[in-house]
Formats: sequence, C-alpha cells, structure tokens
Amino acid sequence: MTGHIPLSWFLTLSAVLFSLGVAGFIFRRNIITMFMSIELILNAVNLSFITFAYQRQQVAGHLFAFFVMVVAAAEAAVGLAIILTVFKNRGTLNIDDMDSMKN
Amino acid sequence: MDVIIFLVFALIAVVAAINVVVQRHPISSAISLVAVMGSLAVLYLLLGAEFIAAAQVIVYAGAIMVLFVFVIMLLNAGGETKAGRSITASLLGVPVLVALLALLAFFTARIYPPDTEVRFGGFRGGTAQAVGRALFTTYLLPFEITSILILIAIVGAIVLARKELE
Repeated sequence: MTGHIPLSWFLTLSAVLFSLGVAGFIFRRNIITMFMSIELILNAVNLSFITFAYQRQQVAGHLFAFFVMVVAAAEAAVGLAIILTVFKNRGTLNIDDMDSMKN
Repeated sequence: MDVIIFLVFALIAVVAAINVVVQRHPISSAISLVAVMGSLAVLYLLLGAEFIAAAQVIVYAGAIMVLFVFVIMLLNAGGETKAGRSITASLLGVPVLVALLALLAFFTARIYPPDTEVRFGGFRGGTAQAVGRALFTTYLLPFEITSILILIAIVGAIVLARKELE
C-alpha cells in the first residue's frame, strides 16, 4: 500500500452514487425525495468533474462543477416552488396521484 | 493516510446515499443527503479542489438543503405509502445493479492503470485564486449568462410560489 488512491476509485464512487440517485428517482413515489435524488445525481457528476480535473491537472473541471452547482441552486428554487404549487392545488406529494393529463 | 480518508468518507457517502433512497420519510432522506454532500466535500479537498469543497458545503449543504428542509416542514409531508412493486424487479434489481457497477469498476480500473494515482497535494490549481482567475477570463461569458439564469430562477420561483390574487 503506497498510500495513494487509484483514480478509478473516485470514478467508481461517482458511478455508485449516480446509480443510487437514478434508483431513488425511479423507485420513490414522493416528489420531494425524487427531487433529492436528482441532487444526488448532480453531486455524483461533480465528483467525476473534479476527478478529471485532477487527472488532467487543469482547473476547467472545477469550473464545470461550479456551474453545475449554480444550475442546481436555480433548479432547486424553481423546482421547490413548483412542488409548493402542486401541493397547494392537489394536497398530495405522491406522484401516482398526479395523473390528470392521462385522461 | 490518503487511502484511509478516502475509504472512510466514500463509505459514509455510499451508506448515506443508500439511506437517501430507502428512507420512508423525506426529512430523513434530506439529512442523509447532507451527509453525502459533506463527505463529498472532504473528497474534493483530497483532490485539491479547495474552492469547490467550500462552495459545496456553503451552497449545497447550506443553502439548497435548507431550502429542501424548509419545504418539507412547510408541507408537513408525512411518510410515503408503499406502492406495489413487481416481484421480478425487486428480485433482480439489486443484483443486476451490483453486477453492472462491478463491471464498470473493473473497466475503469483497466482504463486508468495503477500508476494514475491521487495523492493529497498532487494538484494545487484549485485555490480560490486560480478558480477566480479562470472564471473571470476564459469563462467570463458563461459566468455572466449564469447571472441571468439565476435572475430568471428568482423571478420564476416568486411567480410560482406566490398566492393567487382573486
């Protein structure tokens, strides 16, 4: 053990977190938990960006991660406002009950 | 030492991420997500991304998650009702996911040979100074567009969440 971490471990961790986020998005029925799964996915992608920035010794990857964060903040503000409106109109957070476009 | 730090915080991140997915109550998921983001901030520090680690704690764990917790409390969201799931999916889902991830881990380890290693201090270009310089020179246009995006998001959030005037 040299005390150094293989680069692939970071990428694997990123993939694991990404799949957990996707699994949460697909399996959960609560709209807020689904939204949090999206944040988990974005975080996993950020970890990849930072890892590649390390590998290529360039700061550009950090900036991509920064922009992802900014977009995530904007997305969270708008998304939570949408969730508030949906809850106000329907009184539920269960996505299975939000099927008014089906009929 | 680096390996120990990585393993500890990667384990925290994965366990907390699993907790995000399996918890029934949204507030438990939110707290677990804060744990994921905190441990990811430590991993960013390990990769030399000081600025992004600080931004991760302030923006993600601070601002965004507080917003989530506020909305969860505001809506007084209870636990989730259990939905019927197909038996094949519940039996096959986890093994197939683990198999795919193991395959992916194998191939990333092959693509990146063992000599591409990460050690703390191996990359010093992630300081606030370096990130700020790149942000205001090479990436000035995206940065300015970002400010418009944020403005639109603020207006949109206010329009969506305000009370309808009769």
